[in-house]
This record gives sequence, C-alpha cells and structure tokens, in this order.
Amino acid sequence: MTDQIVGKPPRARRTPLPYLLLVPAAVALVVALGYPLVRQVILSFQDYGLAQQFGKPPEWVGVDNYRDLVTDPYLWRVTLRSLVFCLVNAVATMVIGVGLALLMRHMAKGVRLLLQTGLLLAWAMPVVASLTVWQWLFDTNYGVINYALTKLGFDFEGHPWLLQPLSFFFVATVIVVWMSVPFVAFTVYAALTQVPEELMESAEIDGAGAVGRLRHIVFPAVRPVLLVVALLQVIWDLRVFTQIYILQQAGGSTRDTNLLGTYIYRLGIGGGKFGMAAAVAIFMLALTVLLTAPYVRSMLKQERED
Amino acid sequence: MPRPASRPLRVTANVVGVIAFVIAAFPVYWMVNSSFLDRNEIRNPVPTWVPFGGDLDNFRTVFEGDQFLNAMKISLMVTLLTIVVALAFAFIASVALSRFRFRGRMSFIVTLLIIQMIPVEGLFISQYKMLETMNLLNTVVGLSLVYVSLVLPFTIWTLRGFVTGVPYELEEAAMMDGCSRTQAFFRITFPLLAPGLVATGVFGFIQAWNEFSLALIVMTREDHRTLPLWLSTFTDVNRGTDWGGIMAGSTLIAVPVIIFFLVVQGRMVSGLTSGAVKG
Repeated sequence: MTDQIVGKPPRARRTPLPYLLLVPAAVALVVALGYPLVRQVILSFQDYGLAQQFGKPPEWVGVDNYRDLVTDPYLWRVTLRSLVFCLVNAVATMVIGVGLALLMRHMAKGVRLLLQTGLLLAWAMPVVASLTVWQWLFDTNYGVINYALTKLGFDFEGHPWLLQPLSFFFVATVIVVWMSVPFVAFTVYAALTQVPEELMESAEIDGAGAVGRLRHIVFPAVRPVLLVVALLQVIWDLRVFTQIYILQQAGGSTRDTNLLGTYIYRLGIGGGKFGMAAAVAIFMLALTVLLTAPYVRSMLKQERED
Repeated sequence: MPRPASRPLRVTANVVGVIAFVIAAFPVYWMVNSSFLDRNEIRNPVPTWVPFGGDLDNFRTVFEGDQFLNAMKISLMVTLLTIVVALAFAFIASVALSRFRFRGRMSFIVTLLIIQMIPVEGLFISQYKMLETMNLLNTVVGLSLVYVSLVLPFTIWTLRGFVTGVPYELEEAAMMDGCSRTQAFFRITFPLLAPGLVATGVFGFIQAWNEFSLALIVMTREDHRTLPLWLSTFTDVNRGTDWGGIMAGSTLIAVPVIIFFLVVQGRMVSGLTSGAVKG
C-alpha cells in the first residue's frame, strides 16, 4: 500500500508552521484526555469518597485501593465476565460479518442490494433507539420474540428474558452483534472487492480448492483490514457500557450483570467511591492495552513495511 | 467480477442473504410500525404486523410537555458546538500532517491511533471530576469539551486522508501561475475538500448525537438531558407500559440519523479503512 501523496510536499523543515497548526488539536486532547488520565492515576492512589466530595481533602493511601480491589473476588468475577463477553461478542461479530462479506460476492445482485440496505439500516440506528426496540422485541408480555417462539411450539409465553444473568447476557449479545456486524461486513466486503481477480484465477489454475483459496489467497490479501476490524471489535466489546447499563435499568440484577464499564460507573458516579472507581478504570485501561498490544504491534509493523 | 460460483454456493448465499436482511431490518421496521399502533394493538398478544389504521397519537404523546423539545435543543447545541470546533481543529491539523514533513509527525499520528483505542469508560470518572472542578457539569460547553476529544482523533485521521487525496501538483501549478502558497491552498485544494469536510462533519454529528455514556455522567440534571438520555429515561419511567410512545420517540431520534448516515456512509467506509490502514 502506498502513501497517496503524489508529487513532493514542500520540505519546510525549519518552519514552525506545522507545529502551530497542530496546537489547537493537541491542546484540546491534552485538556480533555491527557489531564484526566493523569488525574485518574493520582485519584486511584487516594482515598476519595463522599467525605472528600464535600470538601475533606483526599488522603494519600498508596496502593490500598488496588490491594482492596485485587483481593476482592467480585472484581475478578466482573473481569472474567467482561473478558468472556468481549470474546464471545467479538468472535460472533467477526464470524458473521466476514461470512456475510464472503457470501455477498456470490449473491444475486438484487439480494446483495437488499442485504446491504438492511445492514445499513441496522448500522445507522442510534444505540439507544436500538436498545429500546430490542427491549420491546424481547418484552415479556407483548414481545414478538416470545410470540414467535411460542408459535413455533416452545413454551416462551411470558418469558422474562432479562431476569436471569445468562439470559440477560444473551439478549445483550444479540443486540451488540446485531449492531456491530454491518460495519464488519461492509468493511471486509469492500476489501474483498479489491483482491485482484487474476490472483483468484491463478489460484484456480494451480488447483487450490475453495478452502485453500480462502486461506492462502483471500485472507492474506485482506489481512490488514481484518486486523483493524478485529482490533476495533475487541476494544468496543471490552468497553461495552451503554447496552449493559440500559438493560440493567430495564430489569435484572445489577450485581450479577455488571461488566467493567458499569462497575466503574456504579462505584464512582453511583456510589461516590471515586478513588476505587479510578483504580478499576486504570485496571480496565491496562487490560485494554494488554489485549490489543499484539494487534497494534502487528499493525505498526505493517505500516513500516509499506 | 467474481468467477461464476457453483450452484449450491449461489443458492446458499442468496438464502443466507435474505435471512440476514430480515434479521438486520426487522427491528428497524418494528420500531416504525409500533410507533403508529394504539395501546390496544400494542397490548394485543397477537402482534399487529402492519400499521394499517394506525395514527399519530404516540407522536403527540412525545411532544406533550416540553421534555422532548428541550432535550432536542440541548442535543443540537452540544452536537453543533462539537462538530464546529472539532472540524476547525482537525482541518488545520490534517493540513499539517499531510502537507508538511516535520519531526514528530509520525509520533503524532501514532498517538492519535492510540487515543482512538482508549475506552470512554476508562476515563469518564476523572473527566467527571475535572468538569466538576471547572464548574462545567450540566453545561453544554462541558459536554462539548469531552465530545471534541472524542471525535477529534477520528476526524483528523479521516480529513488527513482527504487532504492527501488532493494532488499537491494542483497547488504547485497554481503557485507557478503566481498564487502564494496560502492562496493556492485555499483556492485550489480547499474547494476540492468540501465533500470530505461535509462527510466528516456528518459523521461527527452522528457520533455526538448518539453518544450516551458521557452525556449520562455530565448531564445529571433533568432539564439538561440530551435526546439519548431522554429516551433512556422514557423507557425507564414507563417500564413496559407505553411501548408505542417509546417507539415514536425512538423513531423521531433515529430517522434523521439514518438519513444522514445513508448520505455519507459510502464515503466514510472508504475513508475509515484507508485512514486506518494507511500511515
């Protein structure tokens, strides 16, 4: 992949102009992200609760917050839950999205357009609106899903989907995957259309079967895009907040359904334990870095090679 | 054109395509459908599949009182402030990144990439504390400030792709004809960037318009709720009683976004992937 600069931009090495142009953006990012990050690190080493909220100076407690956290089995339960939720959702989204993208190449033109329209609609839906609709679809008494399942011969009359944690997470997964698949399908499909047809044909002549073609020709060709998309899914699904929060408001036990995002919110904004919440947030950031580091490294490597 | 595939593969592809279409589109259809149904039809155990004989009562409910309109006003102010500031900052930054080679350029780009990966929820506790200290909780400026930082990295990233896409030779040619460098940029490159600016702006608009987590922590007062917050409390308060009204509210929020989205999406997909993949 080549940089698209045609011709040579001026080599204005000594002018301060580019730096001046970057100042507003840099200042905005430092104020709204950099400073809070620093402050959060500090906060995570302080005893900062409701008393401090009302003016008592925060007390420096060293690693106490972290010690309390890592010795609290609840944090580990929430972490494990978040990781499992993230992996299940990211994998399901990738499999369905990439699968649809691959199949789109073989659909009749009309069907492909139809599917693309449907995916666009789902993609364009505002998160909160999708959540209300899905809650309505899964509604205990008047929901279409219970109606359809009962019609099909299962006993789902008056089934409360959000009451049991497992079923709660099933609903959350359906919603998250439904919302995320369009992005994956479109992006991967766009990348697939860039794979030169001669490449596929030469593989045909060499006698590569369908699976072999996928593995040795198609996937390597779209690898950069697959990496980016998978990386984004992992990030988005680990930080999932809105879906869980709103479903929690609609029913279900908060304690049994908290993921890291909602746990931080409920500790800090809900419970006023800002020091502890900051420590969990730092933990979550570290987890994000840990999970995404291999991807990022491989992306940066790719960048340098190009 | 793909090679002609085997018949079973084509049939499978088409069947899967139609099923996937139904799953993707049905919730959207159901939202619009339900928004026209009256209480009896909503509460009928047998679903009403098409809104024949429906009316606009649910929409009337939404506009009753000033909560919806107030939330819309807040949402519009926050969103507009956010995209105006973000576009202005991102535009000049993207010019620096694509028209100049300077020390630290690559580090800035990598930093943007990394910032995009920071989960909002990983920082919102301290962003809340910061806005509290600055007396900016429950203010349009406060929410816009954190929104700018939310959309800025992506906006710079995408605009940079658009600026780079305009060949520098065009500017050079104008300079040979006697334009100064600045003139050449604003007379030649800038007009060519208009579609890119619009697309990026619309995308930022959608992001800010839909955002929930930050709005939830910054706008705690009822009269400062944005539309997504208003909608989420709407379901809360009415818990399963007024689905028609909730669907009408959802439809009102979603339809403009869907229209906007359809307009810019093609451009953004290419912008997003080229931006994300190319250095």
